[in-house]
Amino acid sequence: MLAFLLRRILSAIPLLLGISVLVFLLLAVAPGDFLDVARSQPDIPAEYIQQMEDKFALGEPWYTRYVTWLGNALQGDLGRSWIYKIPVTDLLWQRIPATLLLSALSILFALSVAIPLGVLAAVYKDSLFDRISALLAYAALSVPEFFLALLAVMFAARTGWFPTGGLTSVEHEFLPFWARIGDYAHHLVLPTIVLGMGSVANYMRIMRANFLDYVREDFVTTARAKGVPEGRVMFVHVLRVAINPLVSASGFILATLLSGSILVENVMNYPGLGQLIFQALMRQDQFVVVAAVLMGCIMLMAGNLVADLLLAWFDPRIRLEKN
Amino acid sequence: MLRYIIRELLRHRLGLICLIILTVLYAATILSQFLAPYLPTDQDLKHAYHPPTKIVLQDWWPHVQVYERVDPSAARYEPVAGETVPLRFFAPGEEYSFLGLFPTNTHLFGVDEPHRVYLLGSDATGRDVFSRLLYGAQVSLSIGFIGILVTMSLGFAVGSAAGYFGRYVDFLAMRLVEFVIAIPSLYLLIALRGALAEYFDPEQMYLLIVLILSLIGWAGAARIIRGMALSLRERPFVLAAEVMGQKSGRILMRHFLPNLASYLLVAATLSIPVYILAEASLSFLGLGIQEPGTSWGLMLKQAQELKVFTLGLWWLLTPGAAIFVTVITFNMLGDVLRDIVDPRHQMGED
Repeated sequence: MLAFLLRRILSAIPLLLGISVLVFLLLAVAPGDFLDVARSQPDIPAEYIQQMEDKFALGEPWYTRYVTWLGNALQGDLGRSWIYKIPVTDLLWQRIPATLLLSALSILFALSVAIPLGVLAAVYKDSLFDRISALLAYAALSVPEFFLALLAVMFAARTGWFPTGGLTSVEHEFLPFWARIGDYAHHLVLPTIVLGMGSVANYMRIMRANFLDYVREDFVTTARAKGVPEGRVMFVHVLRVAINPLVSASGFILATLLSGSILVENVMNYPGLGQLIFQALMRQDQFVVVAAVLMGCIMLMAGNLVADLLLAWFDPRIRLEKN
Repeated sequence: MLRYIIRELLRHRLGLICLIILTVLYAATILSQFLAPYLPTDQDLKHAYHPPTKIVLQDWWPHVQVYERVDPSAARYEPVAGETVPLRFFAPGEEYSFLGLFPTNTHLFGVDEPHRVYLLGSDATGRDVFSRLLYGAQVSLSIGFIGILVTMSLGFAVGSAAGYFGRYVDFLAMRLVEFVIAIPSLYLLIALRGALAEYFDPEQMYLLIVLILSLIGWAGAARIIRGMALSLRERPFVLAAEVMGQKSGRILMRHFLPNLASYLLVAATLSIPVYILAEASLSFLGLGIQEPGTSWGLMLKQAQELKVFTLGLWWLLTPGAAIFVTVITFNMLGDVLRDIVDPRHQMGED
């Protein structure tokens, strides 16, 4: 177990190095830098700009800057945001919890809707319910997230039932504790549904297919033969084994959530990692981009790792260490 | 094989429906200049945010309802009672070249100036959403085809080479594939766009998007093709070809490609919607197609305004519906094709 963990973590290192080099290279190839805005303003003295250029070694080639950055990063210093004027680590601490919260809620929402729907669709295979849910799953997989987000914002604006964006209301700071939680929840409803919609469909299709696979297994026949009630066979015996693939699918689903959150966070003005990456890229806030992309990838890898561990825990037949 | 697939497809009810929908969509795209009453850039500031015009039947001829702007600030229009203009078929309009064959100025329908017909309303500068939708389809619908052409070739080249040659080629190719797959695709998309934009004019943005999408999309296909190539390598006909001294390039083209063709066909159909969505996402973020060009994603970006949401100007969101219909049709067609090519794959069927 420990060896497995160690191997996975070690194999992540070259990947992360590669990604950071790639991002540095891409940003170096892109025209201009974060000082472009300052340079175009006549009231900012040239000495100041010169000073900034020296400080961030803008004149140096990208690989020199990369090595400097890497040295600092290994000591826990990811640099400063040129736009927000605070250390990148602080910025990430503000944004990551929001994105993690949204992703976790979306997966939770997806699982809690998809498992019952998938099981019912499998139990009542070829019924009207099965067909309708298959059609809806298709639709959910085909609708672009940002379009869904636009529809949600329009829905919120027209009905006034939900806020049209953000994570907190204006008066959030002055609310008592429980009202604050409620305020968060109120803001999270629409983004969670929008982001989780595609995953619901994904999970549901996997759930249904697996359930149908296991229904034909011998242990089901055995259970029926010894007189276990049909409901118990379906929802206890079969469900427990059929749920496994959902766990391993979660890693893949987390990846789509992270990608999708860039769009959803931008449309719904949600203060998460996706919005940060997009804005930082647009404004050439180099260190923020590198750190945020790396964080996204680390979250993804961690998610995959957790999925693998959970799978081994759920299903004792799976051995993580080969040989 | 191809003939068999087509025959089965035409016999399959769902497959036939999908084919018909796609044929209509692509026909409309090819004929967009003829079908659209206006140019996509044709502005009319007096008719900003115009709702879809009603078509009424009068004297056995369709007439277009005339509207009056009641409140310019809130974009409110009221129909003027009893005032209509006749809809003209094959009406004269802007000059264009019909299918690139001959110049003409005939459009399928239109109304006499200064009135305007807005089948799907107008946007912030009074441009006809219906016309823009048709012109936007030229970008949105073609990008998928060109994208898969490039990615499937790349994926086949890398995947079959890795599977066939094995050893260090395989090792290098697969590490590269893993690397590309490990990065959330939209992050990579945006970063590549930022880096490469300098080398392309705004008009060439279409090309750039295809390039970026291809750079990302080949990895998934390559990995699966590698797996299939691994098993093909051991098959007698490949071994025989090797013994007879055929060059590896020829073996890949003559023996691997035909055997992977049906997989490639299914994978291509299923990845077209991925490209359509990616283009829409990029354009939606303002990183794709630029004005004065138009695409469905760009139209949705321009619809992202408080006014649109609070006033409920639903017709500005129709490009989203268009994307949805296209994507769902391609997905269904891909699934039908997979069932035909590989009947064992039918999920959960007996």
